[in-house]
Amino acid sequence: MNAITQNLSPASSKSPNVKIKAAEIKVTNVSKSYGAGLFTKEVIKDCSFTIERNKLTVMIGPSGCGKSTLIRLLAGFEKSSSGSIEIDGKRITGPGRDRLVVFQESALFPWMTTYDNIMYGPKARGENTQLNRDQAEYLLEKVGLTAFREKYPPQLSGGMQRRAELARAMINNPDVMILDEPFRGLDCMSKELMWEYYSGLYEESHRTNFFVTTDIDEAIFLADRLLIMSNIPGQVRATIEVDLPRPRRLAFVFDNERAVAIKMEALSILHKEAMKSFSGGSKAAADFVEAYSKRSSGSGPSEQ
Amino acid sequence: MNAKRLRKALFNRSKLRAVIAIFVFLVLWEIGSRSKEWFGFAVPWIGHVPAPTAVVVAWYGLLGDPGYWQSWYMSTLRVLAGFFAAMVVGIPLGLFMAVNRTFNGLVFPSFEILRPIPPLAWVPASIIFWPSQELSIAFVTFLGAFFTIVINVLGGAKSIDPRYFQSAQSMGSSQWDVFRRVVLPATLPSIVVGSAVGMGITWEVVVAAEMISGGGGSGGSGGGLGFFIWNSYVGGSYEQIVVGMISIGIAGFISSELLRKLGSYLTPWLRKR
Repeated sequence: MNAITQNLSPASSKSPNVKIKAAEIKVTNVSKSYGAGLFTKEVIKDCSFTIERNKLTVMIGPSGCGKSTLIRLLAGFEKSSSGSIEIDGKRITGPGRDRLVVFQESALFPWMTTYDNIMYGPKARGENTQLNRDQAEYLLEKVGLTAFREKYPPQLSGGMQRRAELARAMINNPDVMILDEPFRGLDCMSKELMWEYYSGLYEESHRTNFFVTTDIDEAIFLADRLLIMSNIPGQVRATIEVDLPRPRRLAFVFDNERAVAIKMEALSILHKEAMKSFSGGSKAAADFVEAYSKRSSGSGPSEQ
Repeated sequence: MNAKRLRKALFNRSKLRAVIAIFVFLVLWEIGSRSKEWFGFAVPWIGHVPAPTAVVVAWYGLLGDPGYWQSWYMSTLRVLAGFFAAMVVGIPLGLFMAVNRTFNGLVFPSFEILRPIPPLAWVPASIIFWPSQELSIAFVTFLGAFFTIVINVLGGAKSIDPRYFQSAQSMGSSQWDVFRRVVLPATLPSIVVGSAVGMGITWEVVVAAEMISGGGGSGGSGGGLGFFIWNSYVGGSYEQIVVGMISIGIAGFISSELLRKLGSYLTPWLRKR
């Protein structure tokens, strides 16, 4: 416990001199559909938004609204059906190391130790330099894994694996970091711990980050800008500037009136979306609508 | 400390159990084979099998016989030759089939037709194909391990999580780098399993091949364990048949154990939980 608080306090050791690059991604009128003819399913339709430079943009939306598809497009693993995605004015045509993706479940290589996993990128590019090795040590300390550097991923806890993954992505110093629900499946305490680790890392660099989630608390805690998605086919329905001060700490953020107001605003937009798809026959939306009406009438199972 | 002691106790208990099990098995066998002289009636099947004590006596006599050790040596040599040839050909073939779709499309159909043919069905053909008896036996043992290794490697490499490739790619890996540092280690557990199974089949096959082919050129002493068993049968020495059988069991056990050790050394991430 002591070690963790120590690591969360302002940089106990100095980061090696790494210049943070940051880029901006512009998504213009992007559509993506799968299948052909009668079976065409449009997942994203005419979607436009900007991932602003040096900001942490969080995208939130109901599950199955095309967020993961969008991430595959941004990463360049798939091509959009129409529209354009540009990074600093350059069109994205395939995967590149300027954009790094952190996946939903840990994609750490189980056959490599924590340290080797982190050093994977630099070694892959023939950059096994002293600077990168120092950076690896620094990141290990920053995510509280110095004592676990020689362990294999199956020996780490879920939260440790996600932190190792963050470090593995950050050492490559990407222009944009793309995170696809990286803390999904963690229990709520480790999740909150991850938020603090992650926002600490972000606050230090202010690298451009794009973070996708379904968790409203996570979204508000982390975001500079909050993009709210519509139901499928996905579009950005609203943008909320989350002007909470940084550095953010859990206790502070959740007692904050402004944070509560933002949360209510976001929820009401999500509610409108859910209502729309509910009337369109979606079963998944029904849960959200019911929960929302209980919350607003104060008769929910968890009264506050 | 406490956990260590507990583990040690468990380990010892399972070892003890194994020793008891083998001992009881031997005692039942002894009683079964001697039932005619002791109780006046023969237990079916076991009544015809030499008793363990008789086998041990025969074995003791063989320990000083260079022909017996020569049989061990010949069979081991053939197994190793066939096995290593199967690894050298099978692992790259399986990997290449997994990586290259066109190659897979060209090779897989023929492979799947040849695979179900039992290695022993190859014995006559391989005697005709290969110039020497030795080569034909090695070839049949090779086949025994080959198909198993290829199928395991292919399956292992094909079931690699695509996210590993995606993250490697987005970290700037070249194709060669992905192959060397992702495909190869990710397939290693399947290679180990395929090799262990293949090794077992190799011992099954070599013995049968030796029996059928008459066990190599150098007459009775150079024939390997399979020929040793057959020769004992022809010569009416039933104790020696059992000695030969148990020898093969021991040989198979030792080679599997060595492979398991090597495999666990090569895949430390599976070992340390």
